[in-house]
Amino acid sequence: MKKILYILQKEFIQVFRNKTMLPLIFGMPILQLLVLVNAATLEMKSIDMYVVDKDLSSLSHKLINKFEGSPFYHVSGVSFSIDEANEAIEKNQADFIMHIPYGFERSLMRENSTQVQLLIDGINGTAASLINAYSSSVINSFNRNIIVDLTKMPQIKELNPIAVETSYWYNPELNYKIYMLPGILVILVTVISMFLAAMNIVREKEIGTIEQLNVTPIKKFEFIIGKLVPFLIIALFEMAFGLLIGKLLFDVPMVGSLGLLFGFTVVYLLVVLGIGLFISTISSTQQQVMFISFFFMLVFILMSGIFTPTESMPLWAQKVNIINPFYYFMRVIRMILLKGSGFWDISREFFSLLIYAIIILSLAVWRHRKVA
Amino acid sequence: MLKHTENIIEVKNLVKKFGNFVANDNLSFEVKKGEIFGFLGANGAGKTTSIKILSGLSFPTSGDVMVAGFDVYKEREKVKKNIGYMSQKFSLYEDLTVRENIRFYGGIYGLSGKYIKEKTESLIERLKMKDIQDSLIKSLPLGWKQKIAFSVAIFHNPKIVFLDEPTGGVDPITRRDFWEMIYEASDSGITVFVTTHYMDEAEYCDRVSIMDQGRIEGLDTPAELKKQFHAKNMDEVFLKIAR
Repeated sequence: MKKILYILQKEFIQVFRNKTMLPLIFGMPILQLLVLVNAATLEMKSIDMYVVDKDLSSLSHKLINKFEGSPFYHVSGVSFSIDEANEAIEKNQADFIMHIPYGFERSLMRENSTQVQLLIDGINGTAASLINAYSSSVINSFNRNIIVDLTKMPQIKELNPIAVETSYWYNPELNYKIYMLPGILVILVTVISMFLAAMNIVREKEIGTIEQLNVTPIKKFEFIIGKLVPFLIIALFEMAFGLLIGKLLFDVPMVGSLGLLFGFTVVYLLVVLGIGLFISTISSTQQQVMFISFFFMLVFILMSGIFTPTESMPLWAQKVNIINPFYYFMRVIRMILLKGSGFWDISREFFSLLIYAIIILSLAVWRHRKVA
Repeated sequence: MLKHTENIIEVKNLVKKFGNFVANDNLSFEVKKGEIFGFLGANGAGKTTSIKILSGLSFPTSGDVMVAGFDVYKEREKVKKNIGYMSQKFSLYEDLTVRENIRFYGGIYGLSGKYIKEKTESLIERLKMKDIQDSLIKSLPLGWKQKIAFSVAIFHNPKIVFLDEPTGGVDPITRRDFWEMIYEASDSGITVFVTTHYMDEAEYCDRVSIMDQGRIEGLDTPAELKKQFHAKNMDEVFLKIAR
């Protein structure tokens, strides 16, 4: 065991003596959290709308005003021609067209119903459905106002026999940032620890010191533990640092137990570092490590559920996620922080990762070769 | 000269192949306890391959290899406790200081903290390294790095030390200094197994073997080899064998 301490001592000296390492460890989290949490949002702001008003009635004006008055919309063009409007969509100058047909107001007066057409650019499906939802709610609220105006009756409950009262649990204001921050933090901690670990052993291979270590009687598991623990400590520190930033700058709620979160993080990091060390033992240059880890990282991140709920992925994708460490942590960090989940709520993820850690670390120890 | 009788390395019919290429072709030799054994050969003759097998870094394809009384196949970790190794790249950590390197290598050989401390002090004293003890390795000249790498390789008092072209790239005076250190180690009872392609260094060895294309073509004391090949010096011996 004492040998491991000597390796730890050496690794820490090397990390803190490396001039690019400290800015990376301290600077990167601040920068990434600030930039990404603010940038990676699904909230729609300043949606470009193109108005084709063929009715030019007071009612159609009221409807357009309703949209203009909303902070979410920006009228990027007005025309009588639907062709011109289509062109604007093709040139990416508008996100959707609101087409108010001739006879819009008259038909409402005579037949008590009328029509308006929304043509939405569907390239980005998520954005399109959000635009649809936003715009429909604007038009619905316009609807209710008309009824009040036309019938001169106060808005009474009978008009809405079944009232839907929505309340969003755990994130009542649907603040996207407090949902994104834990996700970004997961990526940050993972990237730093996996790369550091994977680069480390292969660096010793490149400069040749690994050979000197291999002629010593050091045991394989002592070597792997000696390489693992320093990065575990650095990553835990990184996690704490990121949470602090989240608390101070974004006021992320921390409903659950931080002790449980860090306990889970340790198990998670064992998996991530194990993968890093494993990649490192099968590679012989830093380039190889970069390519292999980049490939896995990209697939894992996109499938992790940071942007899209994993439950709505196809079944095979959900099966693939069994080996995706991000997937477990992405769920659990949000559950603990935002919902206050306890150990039994996350026990399935906890034990899955624990088994994963044992397997991948055994693989890394087994694959680490002292003899060629 | 001391009488060397006991075998500390025994190699019988050692073969190492890389695919179709035969790097070591049926080598058999013994190294006596306490001697300085020179392992000579041109670049690519198979010296490094053999030294890696002897120090447990590489598996032989076939043959029996005993080092310090242990089989390198079955008792590799026991072999490793008893040997020191210094490669061509003399693997010190460039971003650690002299002291930190010594402490690290001493530590992973399982030496006690107190022992490491005392021995480091006496080493720094003996090599006159007071001024550079806290300098990073990368800031030191090549000659110093070689001396420190050698000191690290024998820090745990191994029975044998393997030196793979330890004196590449330095001037004759620095090489001479280095050989003084080898003699000191030898005097303290450590068997020295050294590869080189400098023929003047061959003269410093008790016995030398000369390899060519994976085979040992000559093995004896430098004086005997010169007699055997009717040569004035080791240079001529070497040229006659390699041609």
